[in-house]
Amino acid sequence: MKKETLSILEHELVPEHVLMDESEVKELLDKYKIRRVQLPKIKVSDPAINGMGAEVGDVVEITRQSRTAGKALSFRLVIG
Amino acid sequence: MRLKRIKGIKFGLLSPKEIRKMSASKIITPDTYGEDGFPIELGLVNQRIGVIDPGLRCKTCGGRMGECPGHFGHIELAAPIIHVGYAKMIYRILAATCRRCGKVLLGEEARVKFLDGIEQQKEKQADVGYVVKQVFKEAAKNDVCPFCDEIQKRIKYDKPTGYIEIDKEDKERRLMPTDVRERLEKIPDDDIPLFGMDPKNARPEWMIITVLPVPPVTARPSITLESGQRSEDDLTHKLVDIIRINQRFMENRDAGAPQLIIEDLWELLQYHISTYFNNEIPSIPPARHRSGRPLKTMTQRLKGKEGRFRGSLSGKRVNFSARTVISPDPEIEIDEVGVPKDIAKELTINVNVTERNLEAIRETLKRGSKHPGANYVRRSDDKKVKVTETNYELLAEELGVGWKVERHLQDGDIVLFNRQPSLHRLSIMAHYVRVMPGRTFRLNPTVCPPYNADYDGDEMNMHVLQTEEARAEAKILMAVKRNIMSPRFGRPIIGGIHDYITGLFILTWGEKRFEKEKAQDMLHRINIHDLGEPAGTFESSSGIQVPYWTGKQLFGRILPKQMELQFRGVVCGKCIERGEKCKKENCPREAYVVIKEGNLVCGVIDEMAIGSFKGKIIEQIFRLYGEDEAKKFINDFARLAINCIKQSGFSFGISDEDIPKEGKAQIREEAVYAAEHKVEELIRAYDAEELEALPGRSLEETLELLIMQELGRARDDAGDIAERYLGIENAAVLMAKSGARGSMLNLTQMAACVGQQSVRGERINRGYQGRTLPHFKSGDRRAEAHGFVRASFKDGLTATEYFLHAVGGREALVDTAVRTSQSGYFQRRLINALQDLEVKNDGTVRETRGTVVQFKYGDDGVDPSKSECGKVVDIDEIISDVIEVDVGS
Repeated sequence: MKKETLSILEHELVPEHVLMDESEVKELLDKYKIRRVQLPKIKVSDPAINGMGAEVGDVVEITRQSRTAGKALSFRLVIG
Repeated sequence: MRLKRIKGIKFGLLSPKEIRKMSASKIITPDTYGEDGFPIELGLVNQRIGVIDPGLRCKTCGGRMGECPGHFGHIELAAPIIHVGYAKMIYRILAATCRRCGKVLLGEEARVKFLDGIEQQKEKQADVGYVVKQVFKEAAKNDVCPFCDEIQKRIKYDKPTGYIEIDKEDKERRLMPTDVRERLEKIPDDDIPLFGMDPKNARPEWMIITVLPVPPVTARPSITLESGQRSEDDLTHKLVDIIRINQRFMENRDAGAPQLIIEDLWELLQYHISTYFNNEIPSIPPARHRSGRPLKTMTQRLKGKEGRFRGSLSGKRVNFSARTVISPDPEIEIDEVGVPKDIAKELTINVNVTERNLEAIRETLKRGSKHPGANYVRRSDDKKVKVTETNYELLAEELGVGWKVERHLQDGDIVLFNRQPSLHRLSIMAHYVRVMPGRTFRLNPTVCPPYNADYDGDEMNMHVLQTEEARAEAKILMAVKRNIMSPRFGRPIIGGIHDYITGLFILTWGEKRFEKEKAQDMLHRINIHDLGEPAGTFESSSGIQVPYWTGKQLFGRILPKQMELQFRGVVCGKCIERGEKCKKENCPREAYVVIKEGNLVCGVIDEMAIGSFKGKIIEQIFRLYGEDEAKKFINDFARLAINCIKQSGFSFGISDEDIPKEGKAQIREEAVYAAEHKVEELIRAYDAEELEALPGRSLEETLELLIMQELGRARDDAGDIAERYLGIENAAVLMAKSGARGSMLNLTQMAACVGQQSVRGERINRGYQGRTLPHFKSGDRRAEAHGFVRASFKDGLTATEYFLHAVGGREALVDTAVRTSQSGYFQRRLINALQDLEVKNDGTVRETRGTVVQFKYGDDGVDPSKSECGKVVDIDEIISDVIEVDVGS
């Protein structure tokens, strides 16, 4: 019998996490004039990061639903 | 000043060697002052460890009192003592190390693994505590030393400072501090990192005290009482005890006293030193003062709200501040504060004398210490001179450029005004001083809402700003007029309350007519000289046509000339929500307010127009015409309202709750009895098992729910009937409808029916088994038996009603008490977490290291106090502006 697993990523309360490529990251860091470590952090062990193949040092883009702005973008640095 | 970043903080233990090295004097004598009144050599108030007596010099550094910071001394203990603060740590280490060779009871493999783990954590600047915990857990499991094969004995921790060794035969042996110290000394340096310690800064045996550092006298100053008697600090008292016992211990040991006596003294010394560090150790009695008061020792000095951190460092008492009761003064401006003359004479502002202000300050000085005078002057040679009755004339004459004068607080000075709890930034605002007689701070009632103040005895604080920078900052950022808009909800927080709303409601409701003189009376103390064209004329008793002005017209006079605005007031009957069409200008309640070209065309002014928290007109004026115009408007409408309400007077008494007999009967029959009857019907249905359960509820819950609904409706019905008999001319109804004070519910309870009392959202069920009071039968489900109060407050409650009302009332009381304490603590945590966050120029929210917390403040980058109702744009308003159709809000 096939076991059905529930992915938390499909839950409506879990915002969308997308891995950014290096050029996007550079653009982001330039835009805010910050260094990589000044980004908010997220652990590799975070369930939202787990399956996407991100490694420590990568940056993910998170799209959240926001009460004030409709959609809000956030970026997090993956840490160990 | 350049900001420096703290790279790290190193914690360690003081070694006995280090304690001796930093000590300025050995302390041997338990006495403080000698017969001659001078400190005793080698005593506790030793002249080598700091001076607290004026005139004496420190024998270590040569400084006088105030210059010498104090120096540590030391006491050589006769026997080692366990430090209570580390007692638990010592226990863990004892249990984790070999009793013979001192090595940690871990195999080589495990040892290396844990050392690596700790190293890794340190590299990440993470907590090593977790790994250390595992070390202790693993090591304590081994009962044979992997290195010397010694069989380990079990260690028992005997709180707070004892250790007992138990062998296989359950024989117990007490470990004396000397034994403990010996064991700790044997632990090799290489093993110490396993405990999360650094052997260079903290050897475990240093947790056993052999030399006790004595804090400088400056840290425990004695105070001289009025009788001339000296009273020593609690710490000094404790140190006296320690030295006494220490000496007795030495004497007894040298005299070769029996072991039992020695051990008793050892125990006593342990007690004194333990309580010296912490006088609140569980399981041992606190050391007490002669009077029976527990002593305040080391830990007590640092801990808690009044401790060193929260009480003296994070928050401390300040100079140039005053506190007194507040009282209202509607005659002063909204950004003023009335300051009692006595306070103004005590608080000063420092001014530098220059060529330009020389003469003005001379005039001030010439008044000496009479009100706008001065208290101190600092001459150009930097000598500070007090201004007295005898020297002020001389000082005024000598006054020259380069002097500094501490002059009294005067009208127009800017000060900070604050009321606790300071929950938001509007709890501290900048006001302009207005010196007046009396003993209270005077405050314009329109600025009560931001402070959440009333005049039932509230006290407030005032702080006088001392530098030009501070005054400029306060004026630009904290001035009352700058904070009319709340940053919380984007609406005015300063505005009309209570009588201001009532006053304008009376003025603008219907068509009030004022002849010229009356109209001018209304505008008294408002800077308006043009009444405009009269609305019409009426014929006086003598047959002359007299021109008159309407209340709405007078209100229009204080509005900006070109103002345009439309909105619905709080009196609105919510026709749209009920699916009816809004009658707008023809609204019978006059809820639809239209302002055209600065005239009030129709509608009545209520809370929605000028009230704090709502205030549409204030909001519009603030946004379109700026803060000064808004301030002026608030001042003007406040005066207009007062002038109007003064004219007719406004009062509310017990007879205002009177309802005619037929009304009473109607309430009784149609609302109360009908509901009670229905409840009985429901109970009958329940008993006959005819009731059908609602989804997800038991039959009993369904019954309770239906009864609650029925009785809730009964009260509302009673209120509606009462409302029919109480018109808008009734003061209470007027206040409730206009939003000035109270609600229709309050009125219903007073005039018609108090209604169902509840505890936790249910009818009252507590008390005896199956009944609330012995007056009812067990199992009685009737309304009356479970807290339905059929009477009104005016009628008076029956004894059972009264009791059950008190039961319900108690919940509200407890709730508020619990809520305030909980939300207070929550606020503290929140503020501590967020205090350093800042919105930067690029719109990001960052903490001090520059790490981004939010990429856009609040996701939309909007400051609610500068936006329409906290939204980016008010689409409805833009649409209605462009196509001139009211979209409806």
